[in-house]
Amino acid sequence: MSVFRRLRPKPTVLRRLRAASFTVAVALLTAGCRFAVLDPKGPIAAREKELILISTGLMLIVVVPVIVMTIAFAFWYRASNTRAKSLPDWARSDAIEAVVWGVPLLIVIVLGSLAWTTTHALDPYRPLAGDDKTLVIDVVALDWKWLFVYPAQNVAAVNEVALPVGTPVRFEITSDSVMNSFFIPGLAGQIYAMAGMRTELGVIADEAGSFDGLSANYSGAGFSGMKFKALAMSRADFDAWIGKVQQAGRPLDAAAYAELAKPSSNNAVAYYAPGSPALLQSLVDKYRNAPPPAHPGG
Amino acid sequence: MNAIFGKLTLEAIPYDQVVTMAAVGLGGLAALAVAAAITWYGRWRWLWDEYLTSVDHKKIGIMYVVLGLVMLLRGFTDAIMMRIQQAISFGANPGYLPPHHYDQIFSAHGVIMIFFVAMPLVVGLMNIAVPLQIGARDVAFPFLNSLSFWLTFAGAILINASLVFGEFAKTGWAAYPPLSETSFSPDVGVDYYIWSLEISGIGTLLTGVNFLATILRMRAPGMKLMRMPIFTWTAFCTNVLIVAAFPILTVTLSLLALDRYVGTHFFTNDGGGEQMMYVNLFWAWGHPEVYILVLPAFGVFSEVVATFSGKPLFGYKSMVWATIAITFFSFVVWLHHFFTMGAGANVNAFFGIATMIIAIPTGVKMFNWLFTMFRGRVRFTVPMLWTLGFMITFTIGGMTGVLLAMPGADFVLHNSLFLIAHFHNTIIGGVVFGVFAGITYWFPKATGFRLYEPLGKAAFWCWIVGFYVAFMPLYVLGFMGMTRRLSHYDNPDWHPWLVVAAGGAGLIALGILFTILQIAYSIWKRDELRDLTGDPWNGRTLEWSTSSPPPAYNFAETPHVTELDAWARMKASGGGMFVPASPYGDIHMPSNTAAGLLIGILSIGLGFGLVWYIWWLAAVSALAMFAVLLHRLFEADIAFVIPAAEVKDLELRRLEAGAGQP
Amino acid sequence: MTIDLPEAHSVHAPQLPPASEHDTELTEKTVFGFWLYLMSDCVLFASLFAVYAVLGRNYAGGPTGRDIFDLSYVLAETAILLLSSVAYGFVTLAAHDDRRRTALRWLALTFALGLAFVAMEAYEFHHLVGEGAGPSRSAFLSAYFALVGTHGLHVASGLVWMAVMAVQLARDGLSATVHRRMALLGLFWHFLDIIWIVVFTEVYLTGVL
Repeated sequence: MSVFRRLRPKPTVLRRLRAASFTVAVALLTAGCRFAVLDPKGPIAAREKELILISTGLMLIVVVPVIVMTIAFAFWYRASNTRAKSLPDWARSDAIEAVVWGVPLLIVIVLGSLAWTTTHALDPYRPLAGDDKTLVIDVVALDWKWLFVYPAQNVAAVNEVALPVGTPVRFEITSDSVMNSFFIPGLAGQIYAMAGMRTELGVIADEAGSFDGLSANYSGAGFSGMKFKALAMSRADFDAWIGKVQQAGRPLDAAAYAELAKPSSNNAVAYYAPGSPALLQSLVDKYRNAPPPAHPGG
Repeated sequence: MNAIFGKLTLEAIPYDQVVTMAAVGLGGLAALAVAAAITWYGRWRWLWDEYLTSVDHKKIGIMYVVLGLVMLLRGFTDAIMMRIQQAISFGANPGYLPPHHYDQIFSAHGVIMIFFVAMPLVVGLMNIAVPLQIGARDVAFPFLNSLSFWLTFAGAILINASLVFGEFAKTGWAAYPPLSETSFSPDVGVDYYIWSLEISGIGTLLTGVNFLATILRMRAPGMKLMRMPIFTWTAFCTNVLIVAAFPILTVTLSLLALDRYVGTHFFTNDGGGEQMMYVNLFWAWGHPEVYILVLPAFGVFSEVVATFSGKPLFGYKSMVWATIAITFFSFVVWLHHFFTMGAGANVNAFFGIATMIIAIPTGVKMFNWLFTMFRGRVRFTVPMLWTLGFMITFTIGGMTGVLLAMPGADFVLHNSLFLIAHFHNTIIGGVVFGVFAGITYWFPKATGFRLYEPLGKAAFWCWIVGFYVAFMPLYVLGFMGMTRRLSHYDNPDWHPWLVVAAGGAGLIALGILFTILQIAYSIWKRDELRDLTGDPWNGRTLEWSTSSPPPAYNFAETPHVTELDAWARMKASGGGMFVPASPYGDIHMPSNTAAGLLIGILSIGLGFGLVWYIWWLAAVSALAMFAVLLHRLFEADIAFVIPAAEVKDLELRRLEAGAGQP
Repeated sequence: MTIDLPEAHSVHAPQLPPASEHDTELTEKTVFGFWLYLMSDCVLFASLFAVYAVLGRNYAGGPTGRDIFDLSYVLAETAILLLSSVAYGFVTLAAHDDRRRTALRWLALTFALGLAFVAMEAYEFHHLVGEGAGPSRSAFLSAYFALVGTHGLHVASGLVWMAVMAVQLARDGLSATVHRRMALLGLFWHFLDIIWIVVFTEVYLTGVL
């Protein structure tokens, strides 16, 4: 260990390091209250959090003993320990084999059944029960912003989506560009947005608030700025929000959409009304059925 | 487009990017310094004869390891640049890397670390150890082995050429379409990606065929499958995976290349293309690839823990069956990389549960290593430290992996920094630690002298502490909803964790520095560290029964194996194997050839020509490759004989020095 | 690479030329290695078949299999390829009996039939591209050209290999090395037949019927 001795820092350096690490520790602790994934505000996200905690607990049954045994065995059976029993040819024990195959197997059986039930319960396509009729919101991933279309309300918004608290919402998602992943960590899991395909995500917000929404799948130069706010609000506030968007005075017509579809980053919130209710389907159809553009290769 | 230079123009060289140019300059200076040193000491001839044209598996193994370590420097430079960027690019500060540059860096980091660091290091260890462990004189196809290395080398050169000429892919290391299609990535970055992986991938495929034939056809008499050293077993399973999985990668990248060069519609948005088919195919290769890397590392740990506990490996048969189970299951889990695609709940649940099942054999392995230490006499050498560090670290990585295999949990953790922390936890804690354990363990066998221990210990402690400081914050950030590949963010809560992570990367840098120092210092003091016995660790398997380094022919007389741990058994029975029982015979050995090196260099020309649309260069290179191959096919003189007298002479000298005796 | 006999032993052993044991072992090892390569090639084709299975109906408004495949033409191609495989069988027999000239003659026939197959396929591709049914027309056509084209490239490289073997056969006669390489070429050539049968069934028959 001579190298370490030579590298030992001088006391003043040590003191400064201690001060610095204290500052960082305080910063970390005070920052600790914002764990979007572990602080869910919707039933789906809440069950997802519960699932994480249960699974982790189950696995700790194996993980903790392994770590403890690693340290304990290595320490106790160190070559210099003359008190430790030594059996230099012992390499087999059916009893131990049975336990080391059996215990992980049991835990995986439990985890596996948990996986089966929760995967079905948390399926993003599963309709959510709620006190209100389901609200459908179409989502289009563009380079590099999110376009939200409310077909029933006939409005659209960029990088901002509002939803009433307690109402089941079904996001119908596609992309008019590369693959993205639609994700509001505080409310529900994520799902890919892909051109020519339509994915769905069911969400209910339990509490009012402003949630960070983002793309979880890298999509190019403007990816870091591809964020939006999901605003959960009371039904009255929601109606007021729709009303506000309806005043936008800018329709989402072909020209406006073409402009919007051009690559741009860190876009500000923008509202459109009327909002092109059939946009999502037309985008999916565009990629599904249309022939490719003419190519010299024939 | 220009007929001579294709798409390549002077503007393709990024003069304005200080960081890149400095890196290139430093790299160039280092290469010049090495070349100057070789010239100064007059070692070109030696280098050419002993390494560049060698078909000896031990020499090729050393070249693989050197390539892997050099590329580790490149890959790690990328890593530390990312950590610094994320530590500062918060709020009003855009950081020092614009997205254009940052996106190339994380893509290059992943590609380099997997294909040009982990793969060469793992293949290098297999080259050094497997033929010796099974008592063979070389691999089944020594020339192919040389060709494999030079193709891997060519891929590495090509990917580094992207630093100077043009740019690298800005797509992430998996290059998902449609982002990697011409419509969204028209520049040459993705083409560099495609051709460097195609070229090195063919090298890897040849390695797979070669080692399978070696292990199945060239074991010493008496070495039944269930008497093979456990590292050879893991190498066997890894090569099964290579032969079964790498063709899928070849096809996938070729189809992407067709989309980009010919205008086909495999993965495009339009024309009926299916982007998710790329994702499926990529991971049908990609998940087995994870086990291609980690199984040999498991093998190293098994050898190390048995040797340094002074006991046979606990539950050898269990270990073999666990390895086979992992090999099989690695092919039925690929979909867990994209649960969020929106496949139905049944599909997701199936792949989630299949993934969890892999945790069973892996858990068994962990317990078997534990019980190998039980009632043993544990020596805390450097390889043993890496093994203990692995056992603790990898267990945590395994746990987070099972968590990600739970589709419900994956929906919130996918693509987050939690995922990044998980796979670095398994790849650093598993593959990297395993490779360092293996390098330290077999270094005296390959070179004839040990690595200097204290510096190795320093490297270990920097790595393990650095790992925890760098990656535990990433788990936390994943829970805070931070996704991967962000070049800038606004959330102030994330910032302190990213600062800590950058500090961890700094510690790992120290670890790498100590490794370099350790190798340099050991070469300098090699006479003091010399291993004359051939068995510096009191090993258990056949590689320790011959001298360090072994003669070209490895074993003057093919050993006869009657049990597991053949060499430990021979030592216990007091026999030793190289007191010649019968007169020595002539030994046929394959001759050196420059064909592999030439084809490798020409494939750089081919790849570069394809990247830049310099068609004449591509065509000339391809034709020249064919010509070299043809010449090789017509060459009569591809083997030579070491006469019995010379073998006897070498063997007597070795026995005098004390090698090969209990 | 041999397991060397001790000197004392070899004195009493029958006087085989020392290289022959070496060659037997090398042949055995090489043939085994080549089988492994063929397995990896199987995976390669399996991937392409999977791609074709996924994209086979994505016509994007373009022609379907029924529109563009001429079954009798493909049937002729198939017959030619199968015949060339039979011809190679006679190459193997002749080589086994050490009849170099016969082997060369059958090899020439195999080559001619293989060349005819490649030519027919090239013509078919040319014709399709001319009709506006090239590989960039639709995902279906991309997958079709990739699968059939990859097989065609394999056959073409088999032809190059055959030419090289003809030269070696003429120059060196049926040496151990030539014998071994002819055996490998045989494996390769028959393997391509099997792949073609699957292509014919999966692509052409199911495409038209």
